[in-house]
Amino acid sequence: MLSPKGLRQRSDLLQAIRSFFLERDYIEVDTPLRLPVLIPEAHLIPFASEDCLLHTSPELCMKRLLARGCDRIFQICHCFRKEERGRLHQTEFAMLEWYHKGWDYFDLMRQCEELIGTLTRMVSGFAGIADDNRLCRGDRRVTLTPPWERLPVAEAFRRHAGISAAEALRAGSFDEVLVTGVEPNLGWDRPTFLYDYPVELGSLARRNQQNPAVAERFELYITGVEVANGFSELVDPQEQRQRFLREIEAVQRAGRTAGMPEKLLAELDLIGETAGIALGLDRLCMLLMGQTDIALATPFIFEEL
Amino acid sequence: MYTASDLRKGLKIQIDGEPYIVTEFDFSKPGKGQALYRTKMRNMITGVQFTQTYRSNDKFDRPNLEERTMQFLYAQDNEYHFMDTSSYEQIFLTGEQLGDNLNFLIDNMEVEVLFFGDRPIDITLPTFVNLEVTVADPWAKGDTSGSDTKPVTVQTGFQLQVPPFVEQGDKIQIDTRTGTYITRVKE
Repeated sequence: MLSPKGLRQRSDLLQAIRSFFLERDYIEVDTPLRLPVLIPEAHLIPFASEDCLLHTSPELCMKRLLARGCDRIFQICHCFRKEERGRLHQTEFAMLEWYHKGWDYFDLMRQCEELIGTLTRMVSGFAGIADDNRLCRGDRRVTLTPPWERLPVAEAFRRHAGISAAEALRAGSFDEVLVTGVEPNLGWDRPTFLYDYPVELGSLARRNQQNPAVAERFELYITGVEVANGFSELVDPQEQRQRFLREIEAVQRAGRTAGMPEKLLAELDLIGETAGIALGLDRLCMLLMGQTDIALATPFIFEEL
Repeated sequence: MYTASDLRKGLKIQIDGEPYIVTEFDFSKPGKGQALYRTKMRNMITGVQFTQTYRSNDKFDRPNLEERTMQFLYAQDNEYHFMDTSSYEQIFLTGEQLGDNLNFLIDNMEVEVLFFGDRPIDITLPTFVNLEVTVADPWAKGDTSGSDTKPVTVQTGFQLQVPPFVEQGDKIQIDTRTGTYITRVKE
């Protein structure tokens, strides 16, 4: 729940984000929230809306706009994911998502540094930002001056967990080790880009050419909080269909159903090399406000309705 | 049946035939990953705590728990006997089961007894109880600072800090959740 002052700051943040992208020749788009078919993802549970589904991210429609010829697009919208609730989760939340043709995931990492650095300078008075432009979390200070840390997933597991990423994946404990052993250590001196995920965990990301076992996917962490997820987009329709099939099978094993987004697959090869990223706006706002619960950085959470 | 998505602080669930209460709860879900429900739980019979991470498809039975209002009768050989005032049924709990509740329990007090099936496992005291001060240093008249406190002992043997004007023989009201002094009561 935000006070009028907090709502003003959140509004200033939204306007600053828009200025950042419009100055860089992006088109702001607003795609439908209610879709007949979604991108199948094993661990996302969508809400039904009569014979449609509420989107869990704007990715599907935004990719179709890339196929239609857009080069740079961004969107600020709400997304809906069932059963997600907690200090860092709400079933409805605000997302900033953007795509840039001709880029790969390393280009996006650089742009994240620039975006968040710019926002902290453009919007004044954030409780979580010190005078020297460092981010405050308790008595810790996080420097936002680039370059931020770039840490491969395999290295992060070696450093912080007692098990390798590959072993954890085989044992089915990757997520648990990541959440309990790795994430809490990331992004305290500087923000951290955790990158090069096992290809099984990057269903929409391009396989790395040098190391085909990993997908070109990254997550941005600040003070242990996952803020954004980006990748070099997979734009090969055949490989994407195979990966979607695996996701659909996983959804079915969990007793749910998911369809194949045929229109997206039919247009996918028109996109070309592109990088895209989704950033959790409520979490970013929370960090800038020096809070540790997104309920304190959003107008309402569900429990308040 | 509960599923993992019902988990929250304070929820009571049954695991391996025993009742547990969730004392800490944290939802986490790495990007593109599965939902993890990290919980800390206390066995409501043994008090043993443990932590466990659950996933979306985990399910739990509801424990058969029921609270009944009962009156404390007497203690003998570490057995504390209570009676249901409508059915006259009597049960007892051990001193270990009652734990810190013993600091405030006096004869004839009405409490809520928690049953797991037929088995009494815990009690809930009234939030406020009136107990007699049995040991207190006399109040040094003329001390008007008013800010100091002094230790006293009440009839159960429990010690707490109270304002200096409280004297031996007074009755005082205590918050049983925190064990702190509320006020002096006149009867």
